Amino acid sequence: MSGYLSAQLSILCLNIIIAYAIFLPAASGQLNLGAGGFAIIGGYLGGWLNSDFDGLGLAMQLSIPLAALATAAIAFLLSFPILRTRGVYMVLATFAFAEVVAGIVLNLEVVGGAAGFPVDGHADLSVLAPICVMVVVSCFLLMSTRFGLAMRSVHDDENVASLFGVNVHWVRVAAFTLGGLLGGLYGALYGHQYNYIEVQNWNVMFSIYVLLYVLLGGTQSPFGPLLGALFFTVVPELLRSFGAAVGSELIADGRFAIFGALIVLMMAFRPEGIVTRTMLERLMGRGAREKGAT
Amino acid sequence: MTALLSLQSISKRFGGLTVIDDVSFNIERGTRSALIGPNGAGKTTLFNLISGVYPIDHGSIVLDGRDFADIPAHRRGGYGLSRSFQNIRLMPHLSTVENIMLGQHARSSTIGMLAPLGLWRNRWVREAEQLLADAGLSTFPGQVVADLPYGIQKRIEVVRALAARPKLLLLDEPAAGLNPAETDELLKLLESISAQGVTLLIVEHDMHFVSRLCQQVVVLNFGRLLFQGTPAAARRDRAVLDAYLGSDHAA
Ligand SMILES: Nc1ncnc2c1ncn2[C@@H]1O[C@H](COP(=O)(O)OP(=O)(O)O)[C@@H](O)[C@H]1O
Ligand SMILES: [Mg+2]
Repeated sequence: MSGYLSAQLSILCLNIIIAYAIFLPAASGQLNLGAGGFAIIGGYLGGWLNSDFDGLGLAMQLSIPLAALATAAIAFLLSFPILRTRGVYMVLATFAFAEVVAGIVLNLEVVGGAAGFPVDGHADLSVLAPICVMVVVSCFLLMSTRFGLAMRSVHDDENVASLFGVNVHWVRVAAFTLGGLLGGLYGALYGHQYNYIEVQNWNVMFSIYVLLYVLLGGTQSPFGPLLGALFFTVVPELLRSFGAAVGSELIADGRFAIFGALIVLMMAFRPEGIVTRTMLERLMGRGAREKGAT
Repeated sequence: MTALLSLQSISKRFGGLTVIDDVSFNIERGTRSALIGPNGAGKTTLFNLISGVYPIDHGSIVLDGRDFADIPAHRRGGYGLSRSFQNIRLMPHLSTVENIMLGQHARSSTIGMLAPLGLWRNRWVREAEQLLADAGLSTFPGQVVADLPYGIQKRIEVVRALAARPKLLLLDEPAAGLNPAETDELLKLLESISAQGVTLLIVEHDMHFVSRLCQQVVVLNFGRLLFQGTPAAARRDRAVLDAYLGSDHAA
C-alpha cells in the first residue's frame, strides 16, 4: 500500500472513531462541543503512560486502553454538572470544558506545555484499522440494543421515555461517558500514530468540525457518523487532487471555501443529516419488495 | 378485595391556580371507567399526577396496594401503570415496532438492556409485532411513525401503552379526531384489552362512546370531583348536565 493511501486511511480511521465519540451523546440528544477536550486528555495520558523518559513507560497495548478508560472516568464525573444544561447551553458547557482542559495542559510542564509532547510507541494503520472496525461494530450493536432504543427515545422525547420506564438521567450519563471513552481512545491513538502531540491539534475548530460532521451525517442511525467522517475526510482531498489534476489553483487553494459551501447546501437540503431513518427504511423497503417479487 | 387504584384527597396547584382540588375516588380491578369533564377540568393533569409527571401537593395515590408517594415516574411502569397521551407523543424517529418496544421497556431487566433487539427476531420483536397484528396494524411495522396518518398513530399510542402489560391503563382521549370506522376499530381493541383483565380509565368526550364501553363514569369540573356512577345515571345527573350544558344555556 502506498504511503499516501495508508496515511489517508489512518486519518479516516481516526476521524471515524472521534465521530462515534460525538455521535453517542448526540443520538441521545446531547450537543457535545467537547471533542477536543477528550482528545487532549486521551492523547496526553496515552503519551505520558507510554513515555519511558517522562512517564510510566507502559507498552502501547496498555497505554492506549488505559488512557481511554481514564478519559471515560473523567467524562463520567463531568457528566453530572454538564448534563444539568440543555441545548445551546450544553454546547457552551462542553466548549468551556475543552477550553479548560487545553488551558491546564498548556501549563503542565511534565507534558511539555505549549511545546508539545513526543510519544514513543508507534501505532500504524494495522493497529488503527482493526480498532476502528471494532468501534464501528460495537456502536452498531449498542444502537441495536434496548439501551440504544432508550438513547434514541431520550433524544426524541425524554418525558415520555421516562414514563415508559427509561431512567433518563442514567441513559444520558452513560451516553456521555461512552463518548468520553471513544474520545480518549481517539486521542491516544492519534498520539501513537503521529508520535507527537500538541494542544493546538485539538482547538475549538477541531471540536466544531467533529460536531458538524456528526450532525451532517445524521444522528438517527449509526450509519450517520460513518458517512459524515467519510465525507469530511475524502471530499477536501478529492477537491485538492482534482484541483491539481486540472491545474486549477482556484479549486486547489479554495477547496475549503467550496467545501464550506457544500456543507451549507447539505444543511439546507438535509437538515436532519444525510442518513435518516426514513431514508434507510425506503432503501430497505425497496430491497424487500424486490425480494418478494422474485 | 381492595380497589386497584385509590386516590385519596389529592390536590395540585400551578402557581395560584388550583387545578386538582381534593379529588378522591377508587377504580376497581377489571373495570372500564371513563373520566369526563369540560375542557380544562383537570383530566390530563390527573393522569399526569398518577403517572408521576408532577408531584402531588397533597393526598395519596395507591396502585395495587403500593403508595406512589416516593416512586419516580420511570419506576411506576414496573408497578403496573401505563398511559397514552392526548396529543400524540410517539417517538417520531423510531419505527412502529420500536415505539412498541419502548412500551415494553419497564419489563426488561438491567442485563436485558444490552441484548440486541434489532438483529434477529427475538421475543421482544415478535411480541411487538403480535401486538400490532392484534390491533390490526401489522402493515406498518418498519415504518417511521412520523410518516404515518393520524388515525394510525393514535392507535399505535394505545398499543404502545399496552405493551407495558399494565394492570391499569390510562388513555387520554384515544378516540379524539378518529373517523367513525377508526372509532369502531378502537372500541374493539379496547374491549379485547379489557377482556385480558386490564383495568381501563379513559378520558373521552363522546358520551355515546363512553356508554358503549364503560361501566362507570367519573366527572371532573374545575378540578373537583362532580359525580361518580354509571353512564346512564350521569346523563340524568343535574350537576353533570349543568357542567356540560350550563355554558351553552348561558350563551
Ligand atoms: N404544567 C402546567 N402549568 C400550569 N397550568 C397547567 C399545567 N398543566 C395544566 N394546567 C392548567 O390546568 C387546567 C387543567 O388542564 P388539563 O388537565 O389539561 O385539562 P383537561 O385535560 O381536563 O382539558 C388548565 O387550566 C390548564 O391550563
Ligand atoms: Mg386533556
